[in-house]
Amino acid sequence: MNPRRLRLGFLVATAGMLLALVLPLSTEATASLLARPVILAMTLSAAALFVLAALVGAPRAIGLGLAGALGGCVASLALLQDATVAGSAAKGFWFIVLAIWLGAALCVMALAAVRTRGTKSRRALDMAVPLLFGAFVFYLWEVLVRGLGVPPVLMPSPSAAAARFATSLPILGADFVQTFIKGVLIGYAIGCGAGLAVAILAQRFPFLGRGLLPLGNFFSALPLVGIAPIMVMWFGFDWPSKAAVVALVTFFPMLVNALAGLSAAGHMERDLMRSYGAGHRQSLTKLYLPAAMPFIFNALKINATLALIGAIVAEFFGTPTQGIGFRISTEAGRMAIDMVWAEIALAAIAGMAFYGLVALAERATTFWHPSYRA
Amino acid sequence: MTNSAAALPSWQPAALRRHPLVERYLPVAVIVAALIVVWYVAAILMNLSLVRDAFEREETAYTIGELISGTMSAERPLLPAPHQLLAAFLDSVFGYAPTAPRSLVFHSMVTLSATLFGFVLGAILGIGLALMIVHSRVLEKSLLPWIICSQMVPILALAPIFIVVLGAIGLQGLLPKSIISAYLCFFPITIGMVKGFTSPDIMQLELMRTWSATPRQVLWKLRWPAAVPYLFASLKVAITISLIGAIVAELPTGAEAGIGARLLAGSYYGQTIQLWSALLASAVMASGLIGLVGLAERGVARQMGTRP
Repeated sequence: MNPRRLRLGFLVATAGMLLALVLPLSTEATASLLARPVILAMTLSAAALFVLAALVGAPRAIGLGLAGALGGCVASLALLQDATVAGSAAKGFWFIVLAIWLGAALCVMALAAVRTRGTKSRRALDMAVPLLFGAFVFYLWEVLVRGLGVPPVLMPSPSAAAARFATSLPILGADFVQTFIKGVLIGYAIGCGAGLAVAILAQRFPFLGRGLLPLGNFFSALPLVGIAPIMVMWFGFDWPSKAAVVALVTFFPMLVNALAGLSAAGHMERDLMRSYGAGHRQSLTKLYLPAAMPFIFNALKINATLALIGAIVAEFFGTPTQGIGFRISTEAGRMAIDMVWAEIALAAIAGMAFYGLVALAERATTFWHPSYRA
Repeated sequence: MTNSAAALPSWQPAALRRHPLVERYLPVAVIVAALIVVWYVAAILMNLSLVRDAFEREETAYTIGELISGTMSAERPLLPAPHQLLAAFLDSVFGYAPTAPRSLVFHSMVTLSATLFGFVLGAILGIGLALMIVHSRVLEKSLLPWIICSQMVPILALAPIFIVVLGAIGLQGLLPKSIISAYLCFFPITIGMVKGFTSPDIMQLELMRTWSATPRQVLWKLRWPAAVPYLFASLKVAITISLIGAIVAELPTGAEAGIGARLLAGSYYGQTIQLWSALLASAVMASGLIGLVGLAERGVARQMGTRP
């Protein structure tokens, strides 16, 4: 990153921060920044940090700039506590936000341009940049929603959704058990297990394999979640119908991937197994299945996402009165959007944790694969 | 699969057995036939108690033959027999004018227009985002991890909120559904295109540099052609997801038209045959759309001089 442009950027950010001192904070009558000593001190120190960042140049500017941006964030959030600012913020307030945005963007850019030698510091850097970016997106969301006074039925602020999440933990817990533990996990186990079993059979009998592969490809491209209302009709409102949808949705990706994986063992290895006089069971457990592991885990990862989607969509067609999908559709109907966002956060956390666990298991079992040895 | 032919029973004439068409399609045909037989048996078993109850309520004597033929033509079967489903499907496709609300063509068109519009939006968004990510190290480091993360989140769960929020600002009908479709299908396109744009190796990029090519020239003469296979692979994934998005988007709104509305109405009123025909229609649409993308892929490949 060009050092002169970095310096200029930080100076502009400082100027923006200082403009808030003279411009009105709100369209309503409110005390100016000069009459609020604590917030004024924070704003001024943020501006001072930006100036310092402009003076010292690239690597050290990052820390100073981030500290300045943090100070500005605290100051602007403190301003929003005032009812005369929230919902009717004016130029002065938005200049603070703009200055923070500029300062933070400069820091992230400079951080992304930093080149490090060690693997550990590189990994830390690769984590830090997206985390800062994400944190800043959340800050912008919060400030925009509260500063512009967006009605909560349209879009709640992240803090409101987080507060709702914290206060309705029992409901969320019950929904999690209903949708994830009962519907997703059981269906996932059945679907993936059945897919793998059929793939092993198809590998044993090539005629079956040649027939199943095109069909599996065809079916895995169909919008299978549409089967949900039929499953609800067959298996009732409770979790078995959700597990059935999940099993069906996860079956075909597993079948197709496992079939590809089971034929991934090389000719040399197959010949070696034959020359050892290995039976079918032995060559399956010692050669074909280990060689198929990367493919199987690929399917497991694809299915982790598909399973959650399948269960949630199936709940749109009827549930006992709990479950993530049920809660999302009813609360959206009641305009309780903060609860909907809390449920979505729950689904997102569950989905990422599930995916992460599968990825960890993959790392533990396929450590020998070239993609992990590097 | 070199020794697969040898696994076939040996009483078959060798020449016929090795014929490529037989080798390729016979297994598929056999398995499809087996699935249809299983379907019929399942239809008989699942509908049996339904039909028996109906006979016993009317207190008429019945034979096993009547019972079985009853399971094949029940009005609200648990599982419609294949021929019954096909007849209903053909009737609802060709039996009504394409604008009538009972015509499946009408509903398919509603969903299809949302799907296609969303798909185009999503493709443009996805490719644009991939271009930005490829050309900016900052975006690659800050945005790409979030895009990958969002793949692990059940985004489809967001559909109802989108509908509610967009409805509150006065957007209704085609656009909200297309936005959901676009939102769902741009992720695979972005991921695929980032992979595709970065697929040229260092040697090729350095060759472009020795020719002192501008970034734009590198993009058009090297990155785009290299990304075309990735583009079509991700478009095939995206168009199915787009269809799923459009169908699911019709669920929570109580939409009056569309495949999703048809599914919902069918499940509320227990119209199983209507439900199954809607499913069949969505399957036909999905395979048709993938086929179209495949055709486009072949056409582009021929234009670019790729040998099959």
